[in-house]
Amino acid sequence: MRWAAGLAIVAGSFWVSEVSPERLWTGLPSMGRYVAGTLPARGELAGWMWGWKRWLALLWDTILIAYLGTLLGSLAGLFLSFFAARNVTPGRWVGVAARRILELARTVPELVFALIFVIAFGLGPLAGVLALALHAMGAIGKLCSDLLEHTQPGPMDGLRASGANWWEAMRYGAAPQILPGFLSYSLFRFEVNVRASSVIGFIGVGGIGQELYVAIRQFVYQDISAIVVLIVLAVAAIDQLSEWARRRIAA
Amino acid sequence: MGAAEDCGVKWGLAVLAFTAYAAWQLGLPLRGLGPGVVKLFGIAGQMLPPESGGQLGVFVYSLVETVAMALAATVMAGIAAFPLGLLGAGRVVPSLFARWPLRRGMDVARSIDSLLWALLFVNAVGLGPFAGVMALTMIDLGTLAKLLSETVDHASIGPVEGLEAAGANRWESVRFGILPQVLPAYTSQVLYYFESNIRHATILGIVGAGGIGTYLSDRLRVNDWREVATLVLLILLTVTVVDRCSRWARLRLERGV
Repeated sequence: MRWAAGLAIVAGSFWVSEVSPERLWTGLPSMGRYVAGTLPARGELAGWMWGWKRWLALLWDTILIAYLGTLLGSLAGLFLSFFAARNVTPGRWVGVAARRILELARTVPELVFALIFVIAFGLGPLAGVLALALHAMGAIGKLCSDLLEHTQPGPMDGLRASGANWWEAMRYGAAPQILPGFLSYSLFRFEVNVRASSVIGFIGVGGIGQELYVAIRQFVYQDISAIVVLIVLAVAAIDQLSEWARRRIAA
Repeated sequence: MGAAEDCGVKWGLAVLAFTAYAAWQLGLPLRGLGPGVVKLFGIAGQMLPPESGGQLGVFVYSLVETVAMALAATVMAGIAAFPLGLLGAGRVVPSLFARWPLRRGMDVARSIDSLLWALLFVNAVGLGPFAGVMALTMIDLGTLAKLLSETVDHASIGPVEGLEAAGANRWESVRFGILPQVLPAYTSQVLYYFESNIRHATILGIVGAGGIGTYLSDRLRVNDWREVATLVLLILLTVTVVDRCSRWARLRLERGV
């Protein structure tokens, strides 16, 4: 009975989302042609990366947008996590408010934030940085408040007993305990944000994503594959670097 | 204490300097920050009260479509990634030569963003939710297959050795020695990717790949803030409900009920 219900739900989801093997079957060749069209022919290999100077500069911009977004977002998230963690929050309602804010910030996709910020701050990297920061704040704030809820109460209690106020107890009792976890989450978030920042470029916040979107829209086929290759390589390199750094933090 | 403090100060200064450089390099209009924030509050004010312009039914259906897209993609990827993940594991296919292209293929599928996949599939199968389903499937396929390969390679060797000692062939030792070990973890990962798919599915509409993003990007484009607020609230509600259900299912799974 439960199996039948599950199968019915899955079948319904296929029907609603218009899954159709024959459309995929007839469409795949055209997708194949498209992908093949973006690849350089043998004679054109030399000119394929013609724009590499410009693209590397844009890629660097993308990485910087991700860096600033991660830095601002993780600091804001760390700050809010002390209010959101149930065991150390200075007040019950402050805790509820902080948790709702973090939830909102991490549930709304960064692309939606970016679309709103572009209207408020104009086209350009500022909207991208703020959108990434807001989303990172939600994710890191949640992770750090989980870490705080698993800290040892001893150091905090000791500090409070010897007359420290809430801020001092957090700064010297709780923060050192979650610092390694916080750094490692922030690095991981940086990896995520490099990917995200190459995509929010689609809506005009600059960086390599914008260039890619223009190439796709204007059917400059070979530029599409050249830029995608550069992005994939950069993302892979940053993942490796950050994984190495995270392993060092863990050790 | 002194050395650690010194190290912290050095890192702090380096981060500060790099931040200043990044802001300068990007030419961030920091003076635009104030007016922008004011404008943002203006927008927030215009979002109240949220309303649907009489289209609540359409919005809710597009949410159902979003969830359906995520579910269909999860099911397709979950089934297709299983054999791929097994074939990518060193325990099952010892030849590195045969495994390498498969593993790299998974990496590429993963590292292309869902929006980009969606653009490609819109090209192949036309506008609509099916393109979104395929985009989500490609990403999940790469990730789930890779995770499964790693789980298989880290599974305990004991049962396999026992079976082989008792004369089982390779297929039997995988089927009875490894599968029972990796199946619960795999199911839990698939559920987790369902949650992640829902989040991704909400924005694929921006490139015409179906779901609630279709309406969200449209209302954002015409600055219809009240309807934007309604759509964002609906997304929040759905994501929260799905997360709760899926977490409950994962916990039950982990407890082995």
